[in-house]
Amino acid sequence: MNLRRDVFQAIADPTRRAILVLVATQSMTAGAIAAKFDTARPTVSKHLSILTECELLAQEQNGREMYYHLNPKKMKEIADFIEPFRKMWDDRFNKLESVMKNYKKQK
Amino acid sequence: MERKTIVTAENGQQTVEIVREFDLPLELLFKAYEEPELIEQWMNTKVQKLENKQHGSFHFITTDPRGNAFGMNGAIHEFSPNKRIVRTFEMENTPFGIQLEFLNFEALGEETSKLTMSVLYESVTQRDQLLQLPFIQGINMAHNRLQDILINAK
Repeated sequence: MNLRRDVFQAIADPTRRAILVLVATQSMTAGAIAAKFDTARPTVSKHLSILTECELLAQEQNGREMYYHLNPKKMKEIADFIEPFRKMWDDRFNKLESVMKNYKKQK
Repeated sequence: MERKTIVTAENGQQTVEIVREFDLPLELLFKAYEEPELIEQWMNTKVQKLENKQHGSFHFITTDPRGNAFGMNGAIHEFSPNKRIVRTFEMENTPFGIQLEFLNFEALGEETSKLTMSVLYESVTQRDQLLQLPFIQGINMAHNRLQDILINAK
C-alpha cells in the first residue's frame, strides 16, 4: 500500500483539512468535531475514519468518550511534516542574515 | 555556498534543536538579537519592550496582513553578549504553552558564526503539535489559494 499517496489523498479534502486544523491543538470527541461543521454527522464520521485509517488521526479512549488527536508518529514517518517548520526557521534566518549584511554596509 | 538551517526533533523527546551557520561575524549575529530596531526588521514585528539582562523581559507585537495583532513575550534569564541568551517564550492567547529557549552563539571564523537554539516544551505532545503547525498552516494556505483560483475561474 502506498501510504504516502493515501495521506496526501486524505488531506486533499477541505473538510478533512479543517478537521486536522481543529485537532492540531487539542484532542476532541467526534461529537465536538461534528458540531463545528454544517455537514451531516455521518459525513464527518466518514472523514474521521479515513483520517484514522491513514493514521493522520489517532483515537484515545477517555472514560466513555473517544477522543481524536493528530498522530505524531505519522508526522515523523513523513519528513514533509517537519519540513515546513524547518523552512519557517530557514526563511527567518535568511532574513536575519540579509538585514545584518545591509546593516554592516551602512556602517 | 548557501547555508542551511538544520532542525533536529528526536522521537519521544520534548526538545527541538535548531542549528544555523551564518555568513556574519559573531558580533553582528548577536547584535541581531540585541538591538530592537534590528529585531523589528528581521522578525517583522514591533518591539514593545526588551530588557537585555537577567530578570529582564520582552514583549513583541506582530500584525498580520489582515490587521490581526499577535503578542509574544517572555522572561530573560541570562544575557551574555556574544555568547548566550536563555529566555522563555510565549505566544499570547494561544494554547501553545510556554517554551524555554537556550540560544548559544559561537564564532566559526572571523566572518562566520553559528547559532544553536535548543527549545524545551512542556510535553512531548505539545512539542509535536508545535512542530506540525507550519505544515497544517501550509496545507490550509494552499487550500485557500486553490479556492481563490476556483472562485476566480467561475
